Amino acid sequence: MTQMIDEQQVATQRKLTIAEALREGIAEEMRRDESVFLIGEDIGIEGGFGGAFGVYLGLTDEFGHDRIVDTPISEKVIAGAATGAAMMGMRPIADMQYADFLFECMDELVNQAAKMRYMSGGKVRVPMVMRAPVGATARGAQHGQCPESYFIHVPGLKVVCVSDAYHAKGILKSAVRDDNPVLIFEHKLLYGSKGRASAGGLDLTAYVPEEEYLFPIGKAVIKREGRDVTIVATHISLYRSMQVATELAQAGIECEVIDPITLNPFDKETLFASVQKTGRLVIVHEDTLTGGWGAEVAALVAEHCLFYLEAPIKRVATFDTVLPAAPSLEQVVVPTVERIKATILSLFD
Amino acid sequence: MTTEYFNDIGLEKNLHLYKQLVLLRRFEERVYFQYMQGEIPGTLHQYHGQEAVAVGVCDHLSKTDWITSTHRPHGHALAKGVSPRAAMAELYAKATGCCKAKGGSMHLGDPEVGMLPAIAIVGGGNTIVTGLGLAFKMRRSEQVAVCFFGDGATNEGAFHEGLNFAAVQKMPIVFVCENNLYGASTPYHAVSPITDVADRACAYGVPAQIVDGMDVLAVHQAAQEAIASARGGSGPVLLECKTYRYIGHSRSDARHYRTREEEAAWAAKDPIPRLGNMLIESRQVSQSDLDAIEHEIESVLDDAVEFARNSPEPTPEQAVMDIFA
Repeated sequence: MTQMIDEQQVATQRKLTIAEALREGIAEEMRRDESVFLIGEDIGIEGGFGGAFGVYLGLTDEFGHDRIVDTPISEKVIAGAATGAAMMGMRPIADMQYADFLFECMDELVNQAAKMRYMSGGKVRVPMVMRAPVGATARGAQHGQCPESYFIHVPGLKVVCVSDAYHAKGILKSAVRDDNPVLIFEHKLLYGSKGRASAGGLDLTAYVPEEEYLFPIGKAVIKREGRDVTIVATHISLYRSMQVATELAQAGIECEVIDPITLNPFDKETLFASVQKTGRLVIVHEDTLTGGWGAEVAALVAEHCLFYLEAPIKRVATFDTVLPAAPSLEQVVVPTVERIKATILSLFD
Repeated sequence: MTTEYFNDIGLEKNLHLYKQLVLLRRFEERVYFQYMQGEIPGTLHQYHGQEAVAVGVCDHLSKTDWITSTHRPHGHALAKGVSPRAAMAELYAKATGCCKAKGGSMHLGDPEVGMLPAIAIVGGGNTIVTGLGLAFKMRRSEQVAVCFFGDGATNEGAFHEGLNFAAVQKMPIVFVCENNLYGASTPYHAVSPITDVADRACAYGVPAQIVDGMDVLAVHQAAQEAIASARGGSGPVLLECKTYRYIGHSRSDARHYRTREEEAAWAAKDPIPRLGNMLIESRQVSQSDLDAIEHEIESVLDDAVEFARNSPEPTPEQAVMDIFA
């Protein structure tokens, strides 16, 4: 059971932030395989940012500009070059500064990267990774969206959401080695969180072993076991759900919290087993409600586990609105601890 | 100039180019015929008239060099080395097609001969090709990538992003614009303030040349220099080949947006008799030699059609295979 990390180890071993874990995973893969390279905006410039959120800081010193390719502000070319290089046997890790910018390169991702293998009758492979930061952080309408649901609709793309350092590193390494396009969505508030107030005071550093390990694509993790209700959540919604689970335990409601990690292909086995045990399901995501990935999870459970359910399936998502800039308004629309808690309690009336 | 080049490359090369032109033209004629017979499904975007471009460029490429193509890829595929059998079977939607019947006319291609499945989104190849160039450059492999695209693609953002990135990275890429004057029914001049696509290259510091795309020798000569330059590490080159598609944009196009006189003027520049006449005038080849080439191609196409007709349909489970590796 990968999810059951030894508690004693956690106490004594080193802890990393998600940004540090991703950086370490990227460096390991680049050392292991010469075909792995980085491509994106502001990633390797001397004196620059090391990527919009500092994930690549220091990597240019070791790998140089031949393997850390700084691009113009040309998202179509970032995705297109990654797709083309992948088909030539390279293993690019492409960087999108904000996931919102993926809409600039939908053709390259959806029409090219996702479809080339099929159109060629299985003759080409597209082993590329695209990393993209998501999450509402008072940046308004075009720098805070969680657009991962758009991509689970595309046959040929794998979609991953990482929420802690251990699994972020393990699944990034698996994604680099995967022979298909893999999109990895990371929440901006979780990258370096060591208890900052803006991240809700969360300390998200986690145990990351020094020895090499992989975490597979397509496998969910049970973050907390419980018998009464299943919560499926990602990113910062996952941590808010964990907080709710702690609070509700005092009221006698035991929540089972699942981090799906991979949205496509989804770990249905873990999901169904949990819902069959608890009889209740709440899905929480910061993506907007209508057509969000929660709808797909709800449909899966309705199709396969309907007669195990003791209450309606509920979704807690960002309201169907454009993201406001005002922090006070932002907190109105995203899933908050209060909204998650109220939704769960409504299932026990 | 062309006569000099004709003499320089020798009889064998000229005959080879002639034969390739005939192959591409007769292939399209045969495909059209079989399509009208109801044997080929879907739609077709055909290459009649533009053959000199694919033939003149691809003759300089080896199997390890790569091309990207467009929604009009039949000529590129044959010129790059996809067999007439595999191409025809793909158009017939048979399991023996070069893409196992999953690509079809608009995605014809074969990685085994250095051609990606053709990209039927206008300008789609112009960013993808930079990944090919980047990979070749990183590996110092001396491979070259050629990106074929139409005049219509030059008004897509992808054209500009791709050309700029290729230039700043000094990639071994030749961008070959087949300016056939129309994007579907829209004349290039109606949507572009300049006459020559080549003029856009200077904005990216990319050397460009305008080429008579109806003259296979002119294309061959320009492509030789462009490919050698790109392969040698000098960065990308853009060739604008002025050409014309004799037929409609796709099968249902009655061509009301252009005159029959204009069509006749371009047909008078047809690359096949142009090279054929030079061959005969050189007194090294007789009309019966050229007729023999026609007969040879005829039998190649008979064989391709028979092969396609007799090939099995893809099995139903193929519909959901090859989505992931």
